[in-house]
This record gives sequence, C-alpha cells and structure tokens, in this order.
Amino acid sequence: MIEAKQSRVQGQMPLEFRDEQDTLAILGFWFFLGSDVVLFSCLFAVYAVFQSRVAAGPTPSQLISLGPVLVETVALLTSSFTCGLAIAAMRRGRLRSLMAWLIVTMLLGAGFVGMEIHEFAADVAAFGTWHQSGFLSAFFTLIGTHGGHVSFGVLWAAALLLLLLRQGLTPRVARKLYTFSLYWHFLDIVWVFIFTVVYLTGKIT
Amino acid sequence: MTNLMAQLFPPSVLRPMELGADVSIVFAAAALLLILTRRHLWGWLWREWITTVDHKKIGIMYLIAAMLGLFRGGVDALLLRTQLALPQNTFLGAEHYNEIFTTHGTIMVFFMAMPFIFALFNIAIPLMIGARDVAFPRLNAISFWLFAFAFLLFNMSFVVGGSPNAGWTAYAPLTELRFNPGVGENYYLIALQISGIGTIATGVNFLVTILRLRAPGMALMKMPLFAWSALITSSLIIFAFPALTVALALTVLDRLFGASFFTIGHAGMPMMYVNLFWIWGHPEVYILVLPAFGIFSEVVATFSRKALFGYSAMVGSLLAISLLSYGVWVHHFFTMGAGAVVNAFFGVSTMLIAIPTGVKVFNWIFTMWGGRIRMTCAMLWQLAFIPTFVVGGATGVLLAVVPGDYQFHNSYFLVAHFHNVLIGGVVFGLFSGLYYWWPKMFGYMLNERQGKWAFWFFLIGFWVTFFPQYLLGLEGMTRRIYIYPRGLGWSLPNLVSTLGAYAMGIGFVILVYSIVYSMRHRELDLTGDPWDGRTLEWSIPSPAPEYNFAVLPKVSSRDAWWATKHAGARGVAVDEIGPVAVPRNTGAPFMLGLCFFVAGFGAVFSWWPIAVAGLAGILSLLVAGWLREPDDHLFSADEIRRSEAALGRLKA
Repeated sequence: MIEAKQSRVQGQMPLEFRDEQDTLAILGFWFFLGSDVVLFSCLFAVYAVFQSRVAAGPTPSQLISLGPVLVETVALLTSSFTCGLAIAAMRRGRLRSLMAWLIVTMLLGAGFVGMEIHEFAADVAAFGTWHQSGFLSAFFTLIGTHGGHVSFGVLWAAALLLLLLRQGLTPRVARKLYTFSLYWHFLDIVWVFIFTVVYLTGKIT
Repeated sequence: MTNLMAQLFPPSVLRPMELGADVSIVFAAAALLLILTRRHLWGWLWREWITTVDHKKIGIMYLIAAMLGLFRGGVDALLLRTQLALPQNTFLGAEHYNEIFTTHGTIMVFFMAMPFIFALFNIAIPLMIGARDVAFPRLNAISFWLFAFAFLLFNMSFVVGGSPNAGWTAYAPLTELRFNPGVGENYYLIALQISGIGTIATGVNFLVTILRLRAPGMALMKMPLFAWSALITSSLIIFAFPALTVALALTVLDRLFGASFFTIGHAGMPMMYVNLFWIWGHPEVYILVLPAFGIFSEVVATFSRKALFGYSAMVGSLLAISLLSYGVWVHHFFTMGAGAVVNAFFGVSTMLIAIPTGVKVFNWIFTMWGGRIRMTCAMLWQLAFIPTFVVGGATGVLLAVVPGDYQFHNSYFLVAHFHNVLIGGVVFGLFSGLYYWWPKMFGYMLNERQGKWAFWFFLIGFWVTFFPQYLLGLEGMTRRIYIYPRGLGWSLPNLVSTLGAYAMGIGFVILVYSIVYSMRHRELDLTGDPWDGRTLEWSIPSPAPEYNFAVLPKVSSRDAWWATKHAGARGVAVDEIGPVAVPRNTGAPFMLGLCFFVAGFGAVFSWWPIAVAGLAGILSLLVAGWLREPDDHLFSADEIRRSEAALGRLKA
C-alpha cells in the first residue's frame, strides 16, 4: 500500500493497483489474511497447551530432529526472497524473469512440502500415529495446517504461470500475483513462529 | 445392506414425531414442485433468484431462510416447553429431548439470527452508504449458497442419520466418538464449518464495502449508525470466527480421523474445546446484538424525528464493546476452576461491558426526549427493547459476579438471562428492522394493525415465558433436564412458562399471516420514503432499481437524505446520469454450494468417495471462477434515464 501511495505521488500506480476493483480485492485479501492469523493463533495456543500432554507417546525433544527442519527453513525463507524478486520483475514488466522466479519459488515450496511429508512419514513409522497423545495431535495439526497452506500456494503459483502464459501481464493478473505474494510471505512469517515455538523450544525443553 | 439402512435410519429418525415431520416435508415439497411446474416458474426461479448476484435479492433470500429457521427453531422450543409443562411428563424421552434442545439452539443462532442479520446488511447497507452493490457481489452469492446448503445439511439430520444431541455448544467429551457414536454430531460440525466459511467471506465483503464504497463525502463519522454497526460486526466476524473453525475442525479430527485433542484418554483436554468455543462465542454474542443496536439507532431517530443523540458516543461505545468482547470468554465457565485471579479478571472485564451498553441505552432515551414519537410497529419493538434489554443486561452483570455465578451456573437463571438478551435484544431488533425496511425491499408496507397484534402477543408471551425461568433458576432447576418430580415448587412456574411460549408462537403465526395478508392487499409505497427517513436508502424508489442510484449521491452531513430533503434538492439531474455496470448473474455460486453439500454429506457418513467427488467439484468451480474474465451488464445512460423518468424521479 505504501508503495502504491508513493507511485501515486509520482503520477503512476503499480499495475495491480490501477483498476478500482483490483484494489478492493487486495484490501479484501488483507482482511482474509487477518482471519488466517487468528486461525494460526488458535492452533499455536492449542499447541502450547498440549506440548506437555504426551501420554505414552514421544516428548517434543524425542520427536524433533533439527537437521531436516533447518533445510526446510532455508528452502522456505529463500522462496520468500525469490517471490519478492518475482514481484520486482513484475513491477518492471519483465515477463520472462517474473516467470522464472515464480518457478523457482514454486520448486522451493514443493521441496519444502516434500521434505515435510517425508519427515511426517518417518515420525509416524518411528513413534506411531497422532492417536497416542494430545501433543502429537497438536503437533501434526499445527504443522500440517501450515504445510497444507504451502501446498495450496504451490498449486496457486502453477495456476498463475498458466494464466501468465495465456493472458500475459494484465492488471488483473498482476493483482492475482500480488495477492499470491502476500499469501506466500505470510506463510513464511508463520513458519518463523513454528520454527521458534515448536522446534527450538521443543528441542531445549 | 441392512448395515447401510441401520446407519441411514437409526431408531432415532423412526420415531412417530420424526416420521410425521418427514411426511409433511414430502407433502410441502411436492406442493412446491407442483406449483413451480404448473405456473412455469422454474426459469424465473433460476434467472431471477438462484443465479442472482444482486445484494437486494440475496438479502431477501437470507430473510426467507431466517424465517424458515425461526419456524423450525420455534417448533423445537414449543416441543421442549411442552415436555416441561408438567412434572413427570412423558411427552419426550431423554434422548429425544437432548436432540431437540441441541437443534433449537443451533438453528436459532446459526440459521435464524445470523441469516436475519445478513438479510438486513444486504438489503440496507449498500443503499445506506450510497453504493451500487457490495464490493464482491459474486462472493456475496457464494456466502449465501454456502449458508443455504449448510442449513439444508443440518436440517437433514433428523430425516437421515439422526440429530446431534450434545447441545448447541457441542462440548467435549459429550461429542467424543466413544460416548457419542452415530453421525448426528458430524452433521453439526460439518454444517457449521461450511456456513462458517460463508460467514467469514461475508465479514470481509462488508468490511471492504463499507470502508471503500461509501458515497463521495460520506466520511466515517458521517455514516449512519447501522453502517457503523455492520462495519464493527464484520471485523468481529473476521477475528472471531476462525476460533470456531479451529474448535470444530479439531473435533472433526478427533471423531473422524482418530486424533486425541478433546478426548478423556491419551492426554486430551476437553476444556480446551470449551475455551476455543467461547473465544469465538462471546464475540459472537456481539456479532448478533450490535447489528440490532444499529437498527434501533436508525429506528429511534426516524420515528422521533430527531437526529440521533450522542452520535460520537454511540460509535465509541460500539468500538469499546467490540474490543472488550474478546476479553470476557472465561465468564462462560467460571466453575472450570481457573483460580481466583483469572476469574476476577474475567468477572471485571464482563462488568465493564455494561458501561458502554448503558451509554447506548441513555442515548436512545435522549433521542426520544422531546421528539415527536410515532408509534409504528418498528418503533414499538424499539420501545419494548429498552426495558427488556436492561433487565437482561442487569442479570448478566449478576452472572458476572463470580461467587454468585457458582450458584447460578447452568441453572434456568442463565437460560432466562441469555434468552432475555438474545430475544429482547437481537430478535426485537430484527423485527424492528423487518418492519422498517420492508417497504424498501418490496415496495409495499406491512400491515401495521396486524403487526401490533403480533407485537403484543410476542412481547407479553416473552415475559410470561422467561420471568418464571429466573425464579426456577433460583429454585435450583438446572438447564437441560428433561423431567422433574412434583413437590419442588417448580410445577407452576414451568406451566406458566410454557403458556408464555405458546403465546410467542401465536405472535409468530400472526406475523406470518400478516406478511401473507400484506402481500395480497398491497398498500404501495410510491414515495420511496414512507417513514420520512433520514438516510440515503429512502432517497431512491421502493423497491430500489437494480443499479440502486441513478447518480451517486454527494454527502456533506450526517442524515444525508434528511439534509437533502430540507434543502429542497430532491430528484435526479438528467445530465448527471451515466452508464452503470452491474455484474451479470451466474450459476456458479449455487453449484459451489451444492458441491459443498455433497462433500459435507460424504464426510458426515465418512463415505470418502462421495466427499472426494464433492471436493473435486469445489476445486474445479473455484479454478473456473478464478480464470474467468469479469463479465458485467451495462445499463446505458438512456435506459437509466427512461427508468428514472417512469418512476417520476427526474428533476424538472
């Protein structure tokens, strides 16, 4: 929004803000993200309460191995950066570079999801299902909800690529790319909290 | 095969009462189909209603749904009261009683009050702020159809599979699979989840609409109070409903996918459900009542012929209530034993809400002070609301006194309190709004004389029903018991309460009769401004044309239409009329609701192929909608000029 105001001062709006209806959609998307923040906050609260309720199942520090999580973290944080590069390319109207960065973002996201699924499968093989404890239920639900969001984002990015190929960089497509980028950065921020609250805290306690 | 039949038709759906209801549903549906076919109305139904994206028509559909909800929830209430009329009564069994109080509460909150509120938002808000539609008309239609199909799914439970029976709050472990097998609770969980998605979308839609689509010059502090209440309600929805989403989703994970959140074993924690439920649930109370406050603020100013007293204080108190509402949820379970400090905090924060609410009550009274009051039906509901709501609010403060609450908790005192605020506040407000905006919706008035009969039956019935319940609570009668012995002193108050409930039922029947009567003996509103109104919706014809405003109004003060009228500046200037684009009708929102219904039905019975088919339909419709280009219908300036001329709206 700040960028939008600055370029308005310079007499030119970024592509995604030029059409009135698109600016409404962007504002609406911010509010949707607000409600998603509440959704994740509730899941974090649930996790905080259930962290110590392990019953006969594993404790957080038994369950968690930081190695793969670090790789996942690097992949996701990098994808947020490449997503930013994609939007920067969009602002300059460079279609090829936009699509290239979008593909990189998508691949990093898909890699993240793949690793997470692999890790979940290994956890279940080693420790059994979430039925065992409140902690396992909360752990898989919080991280799974984030992973589900990222998976949806990967599909969204793929659909955006198709749209770019078919329609090129119109104001509407630019707006859809912009809301995707908001979503993607949001998931990155949620992951930073998951990394801290679930993985780091779980490993030291 | 017998297994399948037993799952679809357990004994609880084969009781005589349920079978009787099934037969009447079949007859009503057959009659409806026959009428639609005989009169060739299918095309009309599809083109004019099912595919519409017009906020005014969507509002009317919400209204019809809300009246159906009021009927079903009201019948449930009368069944409950009939069972309790006499001691040792055997009209309903224990299990049957559990099911009926569950569906009564759930329907009244989610499928009566919520759609009634969205009906009035849809009908009035865009017109009040001088907008041509909501910000996202297609999303608005999607919200409606998700709600409508969720309503259908929920109501199917007593026909197929069995009703939910754990109360409208669905507390764990009452919902835990091993204590509550069967699909009843799944209906509750999944239907509310589907309508909840629609509700969040409506919250986003109206927030953006009010923030961005107000007429030129209408600063926030020049908005009508009802628009303020819709703005604040929408933000409450966005930031409260996700907590319900999580509470319901985790219960679904427990019941269908073997998780251990709210279970007794495996270190689950049922109280966490209760916390999540009320983190949503208390803001929800204000989601219901703030719109009613908004309606009263419009009605009292119009029918006192005075500007609203203390406008800024009214806005400030709405904001204060909305913020405080997030910090009071523990008062629903002081007896959980969170400790003195926690309970004291939530007791005090609850009492604080009485302050802004009191400010509002005084402002409504001061608005009437010195005004020329007209005793219309809309105004009568407002006048009845003030003392009724004050009593309900005061008993709420009594319940917030923590040591006292240990006595009142889960008694009929509580039942009387929340009906006192939810009927005396929300339902009275919605009826007031119904009478107020009816001519704007349909172009004719509701019969006032019959409306007054309905009003008196309902109001007196209300007090006769609920005042004895306060006494019953103090005498120790607890909530949700289905039978009681003689000799406790409960018999007479229960009988009186039941008679009151029947009086309210008669009030509802008169209201419905009055609607049908008014439809057949139309008293037309040709002015568009039958009440000598103050806000912009009264500046256009009744019913409003599809494009709402031929020329967007310019606003320079509060009560913009009042100012325009008194400056003698009515009418539309011909040369200011330009073309107006409105979005074209689409069947996609209806199909999306249908796919959610299929997916939900599959999930209720854990028939995954059906659920996956529904989900595939949802995804493909979403992708198709996302790919499509915006598709508007353009009203040319000429068309609008002709239509406005026909309505006698053009300036000479």
